[in-house]
Amino acid sequence: MQLDTLKQLVRGIIETRPEEIGCDSCFEELDRFVEMKLAGKDTAAAMPLVHDHLERCPACRAEFEALLAALQKLAEAAP
Amino acid sequence: MSERTNEQWLAALGSPGADYDAALADLRAQLVKGLGYALSAPGNIRPEDLEDFAQDALLKILDGLHTFRGESKFMTWAQKIAVRVAFSELRRRRWRDTSLDAMTEGVGGGEFIPPELIDPDADSEQQAMQRLLLQRVRYVIDHELTDRQRRALVAAVLHGVPPDELARRMDTNRNAVYKLIHDARKRLKKQLLATGLSAQEVLAVFE
Ligand SMILES: [Zn+2]
Repeated sequence: MQLDTLKQLVRGIIETRPEEIGCDSCFEELDRFVEMKLAGKDTAAAMPLVHDHLERCPACRAEFEALLAALQKLAEAAP
Repeated sequence: MSERTNEQWLAALGSPGADYDAALADLRAQLVKGLGYALSAPGNIRPEDLEDFAQDALLKILDGLHTFRGESKFMTWAQKIAVRVAFSELRRRRWRDTSLDAMTEGVGGGEFIPPELIDPDADSEQQAMQRLLLQRVRYVIDHELTDRQRRALVAAVLHGVPPDELARRMDTNRNAVYKLIHDARKRLKKQLLATGLSAQEVLAVFE
């Protein structure tokens, strides 16, 4: 086990909140969240639980980033 | 390709009519395009993958039309589903040959946190605190977590197994896996703070 992994584990533990949403709720809200992001809004303030989940869950994070990139490029490519 | 409103998408895809085929073709084309952008980073995409993922996503989208709540553009919602379909499949391929038993075999619990793993940059007082806190983490993992919590935590933290792949191996779903690990973290946090240190102080020890 790497020292970095260990520090990440401790940070993940300490930053645990009593209430966190799971992957399903995050996915439910993700289209709304990504549109707010595209509109340049403060998503952390507007949708803190989704923001928080994306910080913790690498799988959801990767999907969010891919979706964001896809929508940005689709918008650029649109006439 | 014409821009459709949400209502127009739903009307066109909702029932077989004049616009159904055109809307379906438009949607498929947009999904393939979107996936091309979404998957531009990972290198393990086969040429036929984009079409296959788009087709699977299309079925999911048609199937779930009634669950679209109209809180975003229809296309955003559809692309979200396509990305989920693609990433799930790619993760499945990536982890296909890895068994959870093999990963957690010999890992009864907290011994995956080696006692000698101490930050060389920390001073001796800080190192002593690190040792103490890690000892506690190990103890909680060994004695206070359920077997499923322990397995999920070890696989996720140590091996980076994504939640859907963990779920497949634990006969549950992605959400439940997240909850298992969340419950484990809550327990661990409680016991770390029971040392009398504040959250800030614990973080500072591992700065
Ligand atoms: Zn997640």
